[in-house]
Amino acid sequence: MSSIKLKNISKYVCKNINLEIFDKELLVLLGPNGAGKSTLLNVIAGLIDYEGSVFFDNNPIDRLPANKRRIGYLFQELNLFPHLDVSANIAYGLRVQKKLPNKIKASVNELLQIMKIKHLSSRYPKELSGGEKQRVALARALANSPRILLLDEPMNSLDYRTSKYLRTEFKVLQKKMGITTIYVTHNFYEAEEMAERIAVLDKGRVEQIGSPKEIFFHPTETVNDFIGAPNILTCDYCNRLSFGLVEVKCGDISLVVSSEREKIKKVVILPEDIYLSDTRPPGPDVNRVRGKLTEINESSSTVCCTVITGKNSLKVKLPQEIFASMSLDIGDEVWLILALRKLKTITDGE
Amino acid sequence: MKRFKLLKPGWGIFPIVIFLGIWETIARLDLMPGQFFFPPFSTVITEFWYLTVSGVLGRNFLSSLIRVLIGFSAGSIAGLFIGIIMGWNNIANKTLNPIISLIYPIPALGWLPLLMLWFGIGEILPITIIFICSFFPILYNTATGIKNVNKNYISVARILGASDLKILITVVVPLALPNIFTGLKLESGMAWRVIIAAEMVAIPTGIGALMMKAESLIRIDIIIVCLIVLGIMCLSFEKFFAFLEKKLTYRWR
Repeated sequence: MSSIKLKNISKYVCKNINLEIFDKELLVLLGPNGAGKSTLLNVIAGLIDYEGSVFFDNNPIDRLPANKRRIGYLFQELNLFPHLDVSANIAYGLRVQKKLPNKIKASVNELLQIMKIKHLSSRYPKELSGGEKQRVALARALANSPRILLLDEPMNSLDYRTSKYLRTEFKVLQKKMGITTIYVTHNFYEAEEMAERIAVLDKGRVEQIGSPKEIFFHPTETVNDFIGAPNILTCDYCNRLSFGLVEVKCGDISLVVSSEREKIKKVVILPEDIYLSDTRPPGPDVNRVRGKLTEINESSSTVCCTVITGKNSLKVKLPQEIFASMSLDIGDEVWLILALRKLKTITDGE
Repeated sequence: MKRFKLLKPGWGIFPIVIFLGIWETIARLDLMPGQFFFPPFSTVITEFWYLTVSGVLGRNFLSSLIRVLIGFSAGSIAGLFIGIIMGWNNIANKTLNPIISLIYPIPALGWLPLLMLWFGIGEILPITIIFICSFFPILYNTATGIKNVNKNYISVARILGASDLKILITVVVPLALPNIFTGLKLESGMAWRVIIAAEMVAIPTGIGALMMKAESLIRIDIIIVCLIVLGIMCLSFEKFFAFLEKKLTYRWR
């Protein structure tokens, strides 16, 4: 395993990027489409020419071609070889490097076991589901015992549950194997869930590096534009309910949030995770707030509204068409629903 | 739909049998003006039998077959080889493409007068014609197939440690097989169409030559025998490659 250092990397949209990834770390590269995330991975993998230097364990590797860099790379489209079955796909890297047949067989078997895909070993990619393909692709990337693992939005095509499950599993695996990993995504929650550190990339620049919490609560201005400035509510009262749920009161707003700890100081939620409705929403009165619409900012595809409820003011972001269908005006009464699992908390001692 | 499925193995035989029956009836009943020009199927089959036993058909068929086999194998191997090089290597592609795109549109038979003067009337002539007729389309199909292989597969293979040659052999060529077979399938039938034309015009042996002789003797039954042989050969060559393609790619396509 090794650390990675990028020094003044320039290519396409990327301008003078400096970035360090520590040994055994899982770093998430977060950014909108076209930010240069994939370009950066291709530079590290040696798939494209670039200006600047890449160091693995402080040794420059710019002259090493891609097939000598010992990297595991999971592409967005996975690109399992369609003409090879699962075992042969996993074994590919070992075969082309002329490893001994019984050694190849042992490694493939071990990976099939780790990835829990033993029963799929003689299937062809076209006969696999999205999640299974994911596992095979990861096994193939790991087969050469790479020193670095690059994952380019690998969960994009999966449904939420499968991707969540695989992400959790991958995180455990990454820790166990201690393999330095760069994980690219444009989804903040995915980043927050995976990362030890997040590097936010925008327009070819590293805008901010830090722990998920740092980035969420103290985003720089550009990062703010991308992930959105969160609503932060200060809590006056907490009461632990069962099932890891805590009841909190922030001014007039009473909320149920999911938290393991009881002493919650602040509750944070992104504007796009608050749903806005012009009529009283059905369901229990939990996490539903009534307020007054005081500001409307329309942009091309989204609308940003400010809603005042008692002492608190909440920002809400919603798609233009949905907002238009409600024909709301400033001063109208609206209801807000705060999505339970999207409410982040800051507790004492953090 | 279900009924057709039940009939499936060999249901194609029935239309043929019906067709032959109508043919026989029309010829026997003298429904066509000049019965002489329209022999019944039974006469054709008798002639087929006679030509086979006497060895005339076999001899001519064999000389056509050998020409097709040699010309087509040489042409397709050369086409595959150069097609792979052109598809894989941009410099080779840029260098050869202008020349080849100029020669490619010339119909294979267009070469006949030139080749007759260069090689004379002999075995080299039809083989060369077949070579030309199969070489270019197979080259183009192969080069296109190679070029169209998703670049990501190549990147994946490279990152997994494969050298360029290994990538070509283990990933690119297998993935280009469907395209390559499109060329092989088409051209294996085309080779028969072209050899007949060449034999008709310039060469004294082979099925095409036999047809021309039959024409001068007004032996329509023999002409029809030759056409049947031809039809069967075109079809079986194409089917052979279709079968081979299926064998090689059905698991993953």
